[in-house]
Amino acid sequence: MRAKDQLGLDGEAVASVHLERAGMRIVERRWRCAYGELDIVALDGETLVFVEVKTRRGLAYGHPFEAITPAKVRRLRTLAGLWLQERPHRGPIRMDAVGIVAARSGEWRVEHLRGIR
Amino acid sequence: MSGFGRAACIALQGLTGIGVQIEVHAASGLPAVFIVGLPDQAVRQAQHRTWSAIARMGVTAPSGRVVINLTPASLPKAGTHFDLAMAIAVLRAAGVVPADDGETALVGELGLDGRLRPVAGTLPLARAAAEAGFARIVVPSGSVGEASLVAGLRVLGAPSLAHAAALLGAELDPEPVDPVPAPPPAPRTHADLDLADVVGNRDAVEALEIAAAGAHHLLMVGPPGAGKTMLAMRLPGILPALDADAALEVASLRSLAGEPPPSTLDVLPPFEHPHHSATAVSLIGGGSGTIRPGAAARATHGVLFLDEAPEFPRAVLDMLRQPLESGTITIHRAVGVATFPARFQLLLAANPCPCGLFGSGECTCAPQARRRYFGRLSGPLLDRVDLQVRVDRVAPGAVGERRTTAEASARVAAARARAAHRLAGTGWAAMGHVPGPWLRRHLPLEAALLEPLERAVERGALTMRGMDRAIRVAWTAADLDGIAAPTRTHIGRALALRKGIPA
Repeated sequence: MRAKDQLGLDGEAVASVHLERAGMRIVERRWRCAYGELDIVALDGETLVFVEVKTRRGLAYGHPFEAITPAKVRRLRTLAGLWLQERPHRGPIRMDAVGIVAARSGEWRVEHLRGIR
Repeated sequence: MSGFGRAACIALQGLTGIGVQIEVHAASGLPAVFIVGLPDQAVRQAQHRTWSAIARMGVTAPSGRVVINLTPASLPKAGTHFDLAMAIAVLRAAGVVPADDGETALVGELGLDGRLRPVAGTLPLARAAAEAGFARIVVPSGSVGEASLVAGLRVLGAPSLAHAAALLGAELDPEPVDPVPAPPPAPRTHADLDLADVVGNRDAVEALEIAAAGAHHLLMVGPPGAGKTMLAMRLPGILPALDADAALEVASLRSLAGEPPPSTLDVLPPFEHPHHSATAVSLIGGGSGTIRPGAAARATHGVLFLDEAPEFPRAVLDMLRQPLESGTITIHRAVGVATFPARFQLLLAANPCPCGLFGSGECTCAPQARRRYFGRLSGPLLDRVDLQVRVDRVAPGAVGERRTTAEASARVAAARARAAHRLAGTGWAAMGHVPGPWLRRHLPLEAALLEPLERAVERGALTMRGMDRAIRVAWTAADLDGIAAPTRTHIGRALALRKGIPA
């Protein structure tokens, strides 16, 4: 496994812990289909949340959130629709982003944005 | 985190300015900047200049979802002068600069290094700011001189965004930077030209004087090398100096056209001489995005000189009919409507025929070609030209009495004063502006005086409208001689000054 993929996996794990501490329940991780992958699906009370996780090693190439482009948000929306076909859900739906910066010191900085558009 | 900031700027439509409030809402969300309120490409790109300039200040720009709204949102905004106000509004949303006092307009373009760059149209922007009730304006350091021409407005110059932020109360200690200088004012081609340089051609010099004294439009016909251009360039020098309002208007139009005016107002009337390859847009004004004034508008309060006038496309010449009639130019474009002042004095020069030698015996043009040549000028345009003179080549060694610009302008000023006294309360300033019917009703001349004119009409040498014109010119000639009303001599001179066109 390449270093960047490992970083992504670690980031998703950190994000899951962060979300659970914030009171959310993880429903599914790394759900794949022909069109792409959902990082985390979680429940925040009644609300089903699709979470995109972006991890970066430092800010040299910009903040992790800057990598979540409008095109990626559109794809996240499509994937959410596909997921819902398999696992119907009654109730509100939301999309979140979690940005993680892994500093060389080993410190992980996590930011959670609720309700991205 | 959520922040709100506001700053004021001005949008220009022609010379008219409209106050624009720029609102910035910095909310949490994915990093994105949205500029709404009909920005053009230049305004939309301000985002990149703004974020770079803020980064150079060492300040963290809002990182989330930022919406920048330019109100009134239905008015199209064009140009780079919104940069400064947008950046300050962003800094206010970030809490770096204290809130807007509602009395300060901000104008300037940003460089990526954070320095402020002068923009075209600073003078009309500052004028509009004063009219809109702003007490202060912040401009790039290089534009302070230009903006200071406007009375009743406190002008603050800032070399960079950081300095502007500090001026507005931010707790910053900006490092000194080299301000971006304004481009140098365009050189004046017609300053310091003296009428005494003209040798011979007494008739033409006299016609030029009459044109200046009465604000009459003038056509000069003569072979190449006769000195038509030389004469034309000396007309602004003998015209009355511009008053403060006119000078400010002229400087504003120049600023809008991208020529920064000098730091003191120029009172010499402008002189525009577009080449005969000019397009309608270059003469009248236009352009996508910002509507810019053309040569006719830039010649306001001065002279529009069309050399080789019959070579201009007829469609282009006909564009001049609206400004000649109304003194204004209105341009309609998708982005809006702009109205420019265009009260200029028209000065036309033409060869007597396509080869230029008609009248001196060596002309090779067919009569038809000659007619066609002047045919382009005829009609409504020529109808508005009071004076038509023949300018001939001067024989070598010709001398004679020469009139200096100082003498001529003193005579013109005296004549204008007489005319102004006579026309007091009518709204017209010179005899050239007075319509014929008014002249006949309010300033009737004795029947005996009009006799030579009536005979000319009977012969078919003069139209009725041409007669009105001749009478106007006769009044101006009398004004120049310091006489209360035209005499037979003045009528005769006026008649002679209507026979420029051959055939």
